[in-house]
Amino acid sequence: MRKLSLAVIGMYVGVLSTFSQTATDSAAYKNKKLNFDEINFVTSYYHQDGDHSPVTGGVGTEKLSDLATTFELKLHKYDKKNRKHYFGFELGVDHYTSASSDQIDPHTISSASHADTRIYPSFSYSIHNEKKGNALSFTGSYSTEYDYQSIGAGIGFTKTSKDKNQEFNVKLQAYLDNLKVILPVELRTGFQGNDENDYPTAGRNSYSSSFTFSQLVNQRLQLSLLLDIVYQSGYLSTPFHRIYFTNGTETNEKLPSSRFKIPIGLRANYFLGDKFIIRSYYRYYHDDWGLTAHTVNLELPVKITSFISVSPFYRYYSQNGVKYFAPYLSHSATEEFYTTDDDLSKFNSNSEGAEIRLSSPGGVFGVKHLNALELRYAHYKRTDKLHSDIVTLALKFK
Amino acid sequence: MKNCLAIFKVLLFTASAFILQSCTSPKAYQKIYLNDTDMELAPRKAEKFENSFQVYREGASGANGGKTGGGCGCN
Repeated sequence: MRKLSLAVIGMYVGVLSTFSQTATDSAAYKNKKLNFDEINFVTSYYHQDGDHSPVTGGVGTEKLSDLATTFELKLHKYDKKNRKHYFGFELGVDHYTSASSDQIDPHTISSASHADTRIYPSFSYSIHNEKKGNALSFTGSYSTEYDYQSIGAGIGFTKTSKDKNQEFNVKLQAYLDNLKVILPVELRTGFQGNDENDYPTAGRNSYSSSFTFSQLVNQRLQLSLLLDIVYQSGYLSTPFHRIYFTNGTETNEKLPSSRFKIPIGLRANYFLGDKFIIRSYYRYYHDDWGLTAHTVNLELPVKITSFISVSPFYRYYSQNGVKYFAPYLSHSATEEFYTTDDDLSKFNSNSEGAEIRLSSPGGVFGVKHLNALELRYAHYKRTDKLHSDIVTLALKFK
Repeated sequence: MKNCLAIFKVLLFTASAFILQSCTSPKAYQKIYLNDTDMELAPRKAEKFENSFQVYREGASGANGGKTGGGCGCN
């Protein structure tokens, strides 16, 4: 009996070693041509409403609709040293209509800012040395809309442990932005503001360093710790936000010319049994404008089959507000800085929704290259009565 | 700022202690659950625009693998 068992084990080891030899051989060959990796197409429709618009001093409609789409192409190739090079190109287009922006100059039938289109192309390049577990990445981006232009650049480095159970990533990013200083019509002096060249411009720069540490804890749990250090300088106010002082005079928003932010996040995902996953996220945020915030996100994907999952989620967010905020008609003209932007006020928000994810190596709905489809809906509600809905469709082609 | 650093230290210590105690270094063939798409330690593709509007509508941003500020008319 023992001889038979040993023979069976021997055969099993033999078969295993044969397969592992095959795998090694195939892994040694790397196609050196540029290969298609994937295409991602994401589109969404967003709608919000509220009644604390800062454009009209902290009262008035915040109705806004936004249709956003991005198209991303990823390619890769191996070089002679078997290092993998990734190339990514993305083009994003957002088109929005905003009722409050139309109040910057309410005398016009329809001002230039009541609707706008933002176009933002970007590229990324990274080189991965799979033997050493190193990767170096570079990114570049551009964004343009009627009153805002931005140029961005970034560099990143990733180190993965030999057993691929740990990963450390550091990323440095800079955005050099330029905005038109469009004042509310009644505050403009010395020019008509009818031609876009009439508006003066101002700079806004943002620099960030991001650190991420990821760890596989056991066969079902993995987590990552995220830390960003962000510094912004320049014109950080929104020029067309009105302020009505308690003494009856009017001006526009004024905020400090620098801001230092530190957000820290912890993400943990756990596979519970064979059908449930718990995706969790917590973030603590603090900046030198006096804003402190907590974010908790919980998502529970349920595996209906290997290729279909449904994920209900809930997000809670709380912030204490910046020290420069006061509601409509509450600022004193003697204050140094002032804003009536409710986005910077004290509030809590709740967001809930669900996502359905379909994937199939053979193609979703029989479409050959459609590798995955995600459809997501979220409802968002703030304690200051601002509420919004967003529906998103993401398609991945491979 | 002191509060922020204190919380970061507590988070880092808790996470490190948790990792050191629980780590069992799963082998490649033991990662069937970890490699599942829903287990990815990143926001989903379909969350992309949801995260964008949160950057506009809330004072906080960053530490989620996405935008930290700048690059658009956001905070």
